[in-house]
Amino acid sequence: MERLVIRGLHVAVEGQEILKGVDLEIGRGEVHALMGPNGSGKSTLGYAIMGHPAYEVTSGTIELVAADGTRRDVLAMEPDERARAGIFLAFQRPMAIPGVRLADFLRHSVTNVRNPDRKEGEELMPMREFRAELKAKMAELSMDPDFARRYVNDGFSGGEMKRAEILQLAMLRPGFAILDETDSGLDADAVRLASESIAKIGGAEMGILIITHHEQLLEHNVPLRTHVMLGGRIVESGGPELAAELHKKGYERIRAAYPDAAAAERAMEDAAGVAGRAVPAGAGA
Amino acid sequence: MATALETTPLNGGPADETAALKSVEINKYDFRTDAPAVFKARKGIDAEIVAQISEMKGEPAWMREFRLEAFKIFESKPMPKWGGRLGIDFQDIYYYLKPTEHQGKTWDDVPDAIKETFDRLGIPQAERQFLAGVKAQFESEVVYGSLQEDLAKKGVIFTDTDTAVREHADLLREYFGTVIPPSDNKFAALNSAVWSGGSFIYVPKGVSIEFPLQAYFRINAENMGQFERTLIIVDEGAHVHYVEGCTAPMYSSESLHSAVVEILVKRGGRCRYTTIQNWANNIYNLVTKRAMAYADATMEWIDGNLGSQLTMKYPAVYMMEPGARGEILSIAFASAGQHQDAGAKLVHAAPNTSGRIVSKSISKNGGRASYRGLVKVEPGATGSRSSVVCDALILDEHSRSDTYPYIEIEEQDVSIGHEASVSKIGEEQLFYLMSRGLTEAEASTMIVGGFIEPLVKELPMEYAVEMNKLIQLQMEGSVG
Repeated sequence: MERLVIRGLHVAVEGQEILKGVDLEIGRGEVHALMGPNGSGKSTLGYAIMGHPAYEVTSGTIELVAADGTRRDVLAMEPDERARAGIFLAFQRPMAIPGVRLADFLRHSVTNVRNPDRKEGEELMPMREFRAELKAKMAELSMDPDFARRYVNDGFSGGEMKRAEILQLAMLRPGFAILDETDSGLDADAVRLASESIAKIGGAEMGILIITHHEQLLEHNVPLRTHVMLGGRIVESGGPELAAELHKKGYERIRAAYPDAAAAERAMEDAAGVAGRAVPAGAGA
Repeated sequence: MATALETTPLNGGPADETAALKSVEINKYDFRTDAPAVFKARKGIDAEIVAQISEMKGEPAWMREFRLEAFKIFESKPMPKWGGRLGIDFQDIYYYLKPTEHQGKTWDDVPDAIKETFDRLGIPQAERQFLAGVKAQFESEVVYGSLQEDLAKKGVIFTDTDTAVREHADLLREYFGTVIPPSDNKFAALNSAVWSGGSFIYVPKGVSIEFPLQAYFRINAENMGQFERTLIIVDEGAHVHYVEGCTAPMYSSESLHSAVVEILVKRGGRCRYTTIQNWANNIYNLVTKRAMAYADATMEWIDGNLGSQLTMKYPAVYMMEPGARGEILSIAFASAGQHQDAGAKLVHAAPNTSGRIVSKSISKNGGRASYRGLVKVEPGATGSRSSVVCDALILDEHSRSDTYPYIEIEEQDVSIGHEASVSKIGEEQLFYLMSRGLTEAEASTMIVGGFIEPLVKELPMEYAVEMNKLIQLQMEGSVG
């Protein structure tokens, strides 16, 4: 099975180093959870994998490694090429695109991702076929079909934005999905619905990295591995029991066990305090 | 209400310091055919040429006098000092060409070379599918016109203006030059002197035309001016939607397009006038468009401007009687070497009139888009309401957008709103779309398409499709 392999990743935003050497490996069909306090670098990892231009990779590698050992250098790809290579990021705060209907955007997106070699201007997926598939997927996710006629994230509630992200995940069926706090801003019922939806969409073909503060999103998506990020590094990895522990007891044990990372966390907070927001608007942290 | 007829100059705009760049953009409509012009007046303009044009057309004396009087006004008026940079040599332009001896009655009568041009523009297909009547102006005269029989039965007149001078003289003469007199501005005077072609439409009382009437025309002679003249009279309770589309081939020397469009919408009538113009980069497009809306009448201008070296166009609605309504929606797209100085005018000349202006502009590759608009409330126009929204999207740091909103209010108890926004395509928006597999160019095009969507959805379907295609063409190669 194909694997997403991250080695020694260092990432800076506006000259400030956020990730300080991250190693992570996710195989297709695996579910990983990434937890950690605010500002520890979780979202930065998501943006770096997707290729946000403001997130500068200063060293390290991100590669897609096929079962036969063929390696593809993700860092050499533009964000759209990464999407076509099968990488997906569900945004914590997705951008509004006024005037562009969700269905039209998604049809273009699905066409490109399923035909990685498509050139600009070539035919899109046939409308009838696309609509049928979209309708079926929306029914599976208990979504109102009219939702797809709305402008992308324009005037959406927090919950609607997250559901739109999950719909995109369902339509694009990426090889690797990074879900950045897909549970934030949702009430308990909505989190449960999101959790069930993700479980439905995932499967043996999809590797999932769930970035979350909470255990609840993992309810239907039991992680193979749980990783804890602190001060820009993954300091500890374990099984599902680690997620349960962090949920109950917080990060005190982790901070005590890894004083260097805890110090790095405080330094990053201080720098952010001096510089204002260290990361671009909408990027999360 | 004579005061409302006077020119309302939009003074105060700073002179354009930007040198007009000669840019070369490949345009899908950039082709020409070898249609021989049968008659070609010599270059330049003087009273003799003006009289000659009138003579060639076999016009009555009153029209010849109208032209000659207008020419005197043209000579006496200075060039506008505001707006854009006008480098026009009036003596280096042909003012009249007549491409065929007679007007085509049916498609079979239209010369092959001209047909080829229209084929490439998709006119015959468009006609079969959508058109009620086609007025396709080729060079300076309408060469092909058709009108569905049921329209004729209802008493609707839809013809070219030259024919109307001959066949509907009384009706035409009553209104011709009353909405936009030659004295209005220098270019209205020039058009009045040398006009040729354009559409004449009369919709009788209570007649509603369900489908859009369309005209398609283009310039196709080097150094050739195009001075069409359109007059639309919508009688009481009548309803019409007129659609005008222009595409022009590209030439190396300057070319002047200066049209006049006059519209009267009588009590309870409704008129929508939709234009998409995509001019070659060397064209000066200086158009005067004005409508008078009477009691409870509605006038809507939908105006899309692409291309040209300089466009100066401010469709106006004068709301002359209580309950009149005016609406102007415009899109301007300015690319390299292009200056769109476009906007709108609403004049509230009677109580309880209402108006709305929505303007969207896009500038890229060093293009400049200016919104220049006027909302005027005359004394006595109590209870009037107007709103103005203008949004500009700037695609790169070389491009420019300006807003010149003028508001003149001479009455209490009115409600006038103005909102303006200027935005740039955000890195975050681009990244979001690209993270879903769209290339940077596709993502930019999608964002621009969304920006103008509120106006495009007002267009008839085939024009909405064309508008989106034109935007795509304009966007190609804009990023990299």
